[in-house]
Amino acid sequence: MSVESTIHQEHETAEVPLQENTHSGPYYRPNVDIYELADQLVVRADVPGANNNRIDIQFNDGALTIHAQVPARQDSQGLYLRQEYGVGDFYRTFRVSEQIDTSRISAEYAGGVLTLHLPKVEAAKPRKIKVAAK
Amino acid sequence: MVLRDTVTVHPLQQLRDEVDRLFTNVLTHPSVSSAARLVSGRGFPAVNVWEDTENLFVEAEVPGLKAEDLDITVVGDELTLKGQRPEQPETEAAFHRRERGVGSFTRIVRLATEVDADNVQAALNDGVLLLTLPKSEAAKPRKIKVQTDLKN
Repeated sequence: MSVESTIHQEHETAEVPLQENTHSGPYYRPNVDIYELADQLVVRADVPGANNNRIDIQFNDGALTIHAQVPARQDSQGLYLRQEYGVGDFYRTFRVSEQIDTSRISAEYAGGVLTLHLPKVEAAKPRKIKVAAK
Repeated sequence: MVLRDTVTVHPLQQLRDEVDRLFTNVLTHPSVSSAARLVSGRGFPAVNVWEDTENLFVEAEVPGLKAEDLDITVVGDELTLKGQRPEQPETEAAFHRRERGVGSFTRIVRLATEVDADNVQAALNDGVLLLTLPKSEAAKPRKIKVQTDLKN
């Protein structure tokens, strides 16, 4: 039991999925901006060239996972004269500490940027406490 | 900007890279912290280049940029990609993470062959910029016919 949890721990730190994927090929880690507003958390991820219908977002148990499938853009036979980046699926997972109302999570994808809105549950919203003057 | 792995570059290209780097100039918006700078070592954006018999293709990933944010010019065998990633409007926000840079960039890419600058096409879809640069006539491969039996 303890051995299993150690392995689990290592995988978590490395941020790779525990299960094997059905297709081989590298996953790329998208750059993100995450910021907090009074009523929501906003995640913006750079995922250029993704298939709009194949962006999978999961929020389970405080873990937010983004998996965007990216179709190949170059003929696999073709040779690059110069290759500075690879084309492949994006994957990234985060631990989200705020309490999120999972039923109201929304996402949009435009210009290669995925924007996620994670609304906070009522209890997590900051509440101004009035200080009564005596 | 995106974490990518290996770069496959022809050895002679490395010399060109050094020259390109001299010409790469990246500015940051004064109010943005260094963590949000766009450039990453090689120069932004990263480009992939390939060809067929008719065209040279240059592709770059520029998520978050619109057509009006880009300024692309071609002179001879030199391609210049200039642009600006606009700053996000959120000012009241507390950032947990800030990895996506903002600011302006300039990247000069030396092309492998001469191209017909008048007929270059550029398409921007989902943050992927694809330039199709038709090769100039002189640069296209020409089949050489072998003549046999050259006897009088």
